[in-house]
Amino acid sequence: MHLLLLAIATLVGSGAAGLVWARTRWVSRVGAAGAVAGCAMAIVPAVRVLAGAPTESLRMSWQVPYGAFFIEIDPLSAFFLVPILCLSALAAVYGAEYLGAYREERRLGSAWFFFNALVAAMVVVVVARNAVLFLLAWELMALASFFLVTFEDEKPSVRDAGWMYLVATHLGAACVLALFVLLGCGSGSLDFDRMSGASAPVGLLFLLAMVGFGTKAGFMPFHVWLPEAHPAAPSHVSAVMSGVMIKTGIYGLVRILSFLGPPPAWWGWLLCGVGLTSGILGVLFALAQHDLKRLLAYHSVENIGIIALGLGVGELGLSVGSAPLAVLGFAGALLHVLNHAIFKGLLFLGAGAVAHATGIRDIDHLGGLLKRMPWTGLSFLIGAVAISGLPPLNGFVSEFLIYLGAFRGALSADTTAAVPLFGVVAGLALIGGLAAACFTKAFGIAFLGEPRSAPAWRAHEPGLAMRLPMLLLAASCVAIGCLAPLVIGMLAPVVERVSGLSPETVRGVVVSATGPLSFVALAALGILLLTALLAGLRQRLLSGRRVEETCTWDCGYARPSPRMQYTASSFTQPLTELFGLVLQSRRALVLPRGLFPRHASLTTETPDVCAQRLYAPVFTAIGRGLSALRWLQHGQVHLYVLYIALTLLVLLVWKLG
Amino acid sequence: MTPASISSPLSALLLAPFLLGVTRRTKAIAAGRTGPPLLQTYYDLAKLLRKSVVYSRTTTWVFRAGPVVGLAAVLCATALVPLGGVPAPCAFEGDLFLFAYLLGLLRFFTVVAALDTGSSFEGMGASREVTFAALAEPVLLLALAAIARTVGSLSLSTMYSGVDATEWSRASAAFALLGGALVVVFLAENGRVPVDDPTTHLELTMIHEVMVLDHGGPDLAFILYSGVVKLWLLGALLVGLIVPVRSGHVWLDGAAAIAGMIGVAVVTGIVESSMARWRLVRVPQFLVGAGVMSVLALVLTRG
Repeated sequence: MHLLLLAIATLVGSGAAGLVWARTRWVSRVGAAGAVAGCAMAIVPAVRVLAGAPTESLRMSWQVPYGAFFIEIDPLSAFFLVPILCLSALAAVYGAEYLGAYREERRLGSAWFFFNALVAAMVVVVVARNAVLFLLAWELMALASFFLVTFEDEKPSVRDAGWMYLVATHLGAACVLALFVLLGCGSGSLDFDRMSGASAPVGLLFLLAMVGFGTKAGFMPFHVWLPEAHPAAPSHVSAVMSGVMIKTGIYGLVRILSFLGPPPAWWGWLLCGVGLTSGILGVLFALAQHDLKRLLAYHSVENIGIIALGLGVGELGLSVGSAPLAVLGFAGALLHVLNHAIFKGLLFLGAGAVAHATGIRDIDHLGGLLKRMPWTGLSFLIGAVAISGLPPLNGFVSEFLIYLGAFRGALSADTTAAVPLFGVVAGLALIGGLAAACFTKAFGIAFLGEPRSAPAWRAHEPGLAMRLPMLLLAASCVAIGCLAPLVIGMLAPVVERVSGLSPETVRGVVVSATGPLSFVALAALGILLLTALLAGLRQRLLSGRRVEETCTWDCGYARPSPRMQYTASSFTQPLTELFGLVLQSRRALVLPRGLFPRHASLTTETPDVCAQRLYAPVFTAIGRGLSALRWLQHGQVHLYVLYIALTLLVLLVWKLG
Repeated sequence: MTPASISSPLSALLLAPFLLGVTRRTKAIAAGRTGPPLLQTYYDLAKLLRKSVVYSRTTTWVFRAGPVVGLAAVLCATALVPLGGVPAPCAFEGDLFLFAYLLGLLRFFTVVAALDTGSSFEGMGASREVTFAALAEPVLLLALAAIARTVGSLSLSTMYSGVDATEWSRASAAFALLGGALVVVFLAENGRVPVDDPTTHLELTMIHEVMVLDHGGPDLAFILYSGVVKLWLLGALLVGLIVPVRSGHVWLDGAAAIAGMIGVAVVTGIVESSMARWRLVRVPQFLVGAGVMSVLALVLTRG
């Protein structure tokens, strides 16, 4: 436990050191080294607990009312700590090189300060066992990430994105605050181990948790900040935000669910519904995007949807008293948390490498990058296969667990409970198919073919500090795919904590799932082995034969140019057309006219429907209503001081009166 | 794993090219031609494996890896699919998901290999392939899950060995609907008429064939072979449902299933001779229709 405190101190200290030496050449090295050292220290207790050591806790009294300074690492905290620490450390190494490009024009000290503060805040969020401490860390996490999102604050789009993020995250935090106040009311303590939901209807607490934590996690329709904030941030920050920071929302939800006791069936239905909506709409909006990082941000919404589906299956299982359903659902959801951290981190780092090399984020202007950036391309391809949920990689393992839970439940349950479970099966299949479409597009258009623009021609591989984290993450994708049965064994204590089921029950289901997972791992190894064998066979067949090179078959047209290649927009046109009702894409089409047309153009844009149709009218109305209070705002400081003094006076009178 | 269970992957590996020959011969007879020999696909494979290759300068290793990874995925899938009542060597809870996703892996690599050429034609094919596959995948999984719920069994092998005459008489309506849905998936996933036309190479309406336009030699042999094995495997899922011969005798069941497979190949040939490929916009309707049939079958099944 002391190691964890030391790690947090290291993180904060190195961040502060970065602030002090902000103008030196050392700033990135100090910041990154501090982050890596802090993460390395903090992972020791986490791994110890996951390996079976008893829960570690530390309780100290402090000045803050309603409880103590109380932190604890139980299996659930430890399970979330591992991806947080690993991905943050890798992102810090990557960031040391990535931020180097900005050294001339910007002060990097604050960037490192906020990055390390963000990591420390995430660590505290998952180990805090007192609501005040939790909320402090939660707020620090939001603010640190806000300042990281607005790193390039001279761009209006970045400022808008940051503003949207700040508003969204605070609306969520308000719900979380209300939730904890209600939870603490009954017992008079905000320590997690003394909380009970007796003072308020449990359903209300559940809904508050769904909205509050769902905003951070990116459940639809609370996801609107994600596609704005993630592309705006520097890429290593996007990786951390998308890979692990939004997972603290899932952590909060799961932690609260473990307080609330046995769930009624509608919680499971709601989670499945939210999961299906986020999953399907997330991937559809991702399909329609041209900006690589925006596309990845929408995929985070999709994957959070898959996690919600797993949680929904788990809650349904608890409500109908079916242990296999509960255990497999939760195990799938939790494993997907880890897997998504790995491949989404990897993909954002890859997108960052592309942006670093070309300065372009629009897929339609890229192309041919695999030849110029072979290692980045290979890692991106592995990430793309993994996020599409395909064997032999890790994405398939967690989706398989959710499938298995839903499938087992659907076969044994009565018709009412079977409906959402079949919905889960069909929904996951549709999400999988659409995700494959989206990532063949992202990889195929950006990395294959010929470059579509001059910067893409000149692209080059980044240095070792940026390549190494990507390759390590790619290797983890393969490793988890091939070691599936071992991984689920490690999940058992975590699932126990989440579901509240007895260790024997959980162990029993886990053992029963080990068989199928062994086959999955066997298939993964089989694919890798057969690929190697067939590649060898092909090599043998071709040795000594003529292998020529020429241009791509052009169907008789003699002057093909890179601009004539299929683009991302054309690739997804059939799907975006098919789902046009949901996507509401805008098209600006200028048709060629006359016998010798000079000009024709087509632009498509798919803004977020929720932001446009749901929030924009509400916030406009609020803005109009509040403008009535404008007379209070004079811009004169002494009047503001007067307001503060008056408020304090009123509070004083209220307190004494 | 029993010695007899080797027979289902073995028959897939050995007989799959024959199936294509049957379809081609049927089409030839329907058109009043003699047509190629029944073993033509084997000759084609042997010839392609002996050829040299020409690669586009645009392509990278992904183009060369596509056929290899695709074939590896399909070969893994042969171990999962039972042939009628004959169980597969690997049968485990939820193997149908692995099967569907192995086909997904084949598709992923076919598509990226196509995009690697930078050709618009292949881009078009790839785009259509992923569109239709995204719709076909839920139909396939829902149909299989519905069979599993009717029979009350969790793996492909046990589930198909449970589809016998008594089960058919009990749930005939649901099975008929599921048979229809699986026919649609079979035609769409294998690129047959009315979804795709396997005989033309250079039409703007093409899907699968246009994606492999730039491949040649052993690479094309791998692609052709993965294609016929995939045809066999999806056909086996269809035949396992519509030919409910479950005597318990491996050879009899196997023979009935193989006869069923040849029947499916003949019917495919007749369908292809008697109707034209549909316009692309109608294909999603076709697939969604199949999805509706699966859902209806689910409603009809008892828990």
